[in-house]
Amino acid sequence: MNPLLRLFHQLGSPPTFYRLAGTLAPWCHAAALVFGTVALYGGLVLAPRDYQQGDAYRIIFIHVPCAWMGLFAYGFMAANAFVALVWRIKLCEVLAMASAPVGAAFTFITLVTGSLWGKPMWGTWWTWDARLTSELVLLFLYLGVIGLHAAIEDRRQAARAAGFLALVGVVNLPIVHFSVNWWNTLHQGRTVFVLGPSKIDAAMLWPLLVMALATHLWFFASLFVRTRAGLLELDGGKDWVRAVVLEGARDPLSAGTEAVHG
Amino acid sequence: MAEWFAMGGYAGYVWPAYAVFFGALAAEALLGRAQRRRVVAALRGRLKRRAARAAAP
Repeated sequence: MNPLLRLFHQLGSPPTFYRLAGTLAPWCHAAALVFGTVALYGGLVLAPRDYQQGDAYRIIFIHVPCAWMGLFAYGFMAANAFVALVWRIKLCEVLAMASAPVGAAFTFITLVTGSLWGKPMWGTWWTWDARLTSELVLLFLYLGVIGLHAAIEDRRQAARAAGFLALVGVVNLPIVHFSVNWWNTLHQGRTVFVLGPSKIDAAMLWPLLVMALATHLWFFASLFVRTRAGLLELDGGKDWVRAVVLEGARDPLSAGTEAVHG
Repeated sequence: MAEWFAMGGYAGYVWPAYAVFFGALAAEALLGRAQRRRVVAALRGRLKRRAARAAAP
């Protein structure tokens, strides 16, 4: 077998991924905290005041990275749901379902921080603007996926049904992204461009990008933690799970389960 | 320092936004860890019951 393909096969095996994710998760969380702290210092202390919005604009350093993560997590979930539906790869089912709550958290933060930014700048907490409405639909899609996955008893059927819903919801992603171009409403247009110059000063841009890196790391850390739980649940009767559960008595991460033993 | 906390008069909007950011992410991370502990506890209970049944005369 081609070595790359073999690596892929090994990574896709639940026990291998379980161990790898367990090793990576704490490092990702720690790196996210370090980069997040640097970004906060840059954004809240070093970056100058905005000439129009004063200090209220500083919400941008969390609002925009979280909005990106809401979309990124949905794309990640849908891609994994697609692979899970087509090729029936168990790991992808678990990854898709594990990314839903994390993405929902980021989308929730986006909506709340946006509201807190909108009140002083637009004079309203909420308006049925195209960007705001499509972002709310994104949150409901996440909640729908989580709810559907929780409502069906058979874990694999649940993941398949919820994955299908996730795929249907992909239609909302371009609507969220392009809503500020398609409809001329209250939400401001894009500030940061991958191609071409961004419409923001460098002193404000770098904390934003570092925070985006931190939120990506946080997403993967949380994804790994949840994927581990999902893999254990799905492979409940297997030998490797039995080994993990029994060795877990010595595992400091699962100290809270001691009560079951005692 | 006090001036920095005042955020040019927008403290009432900026700080709650950051509080929600940290609160939601911390809650999400704790819930994820709790989920794993719950799964492990349930599996361990199942294994114990099975072992007890097997040991019963």
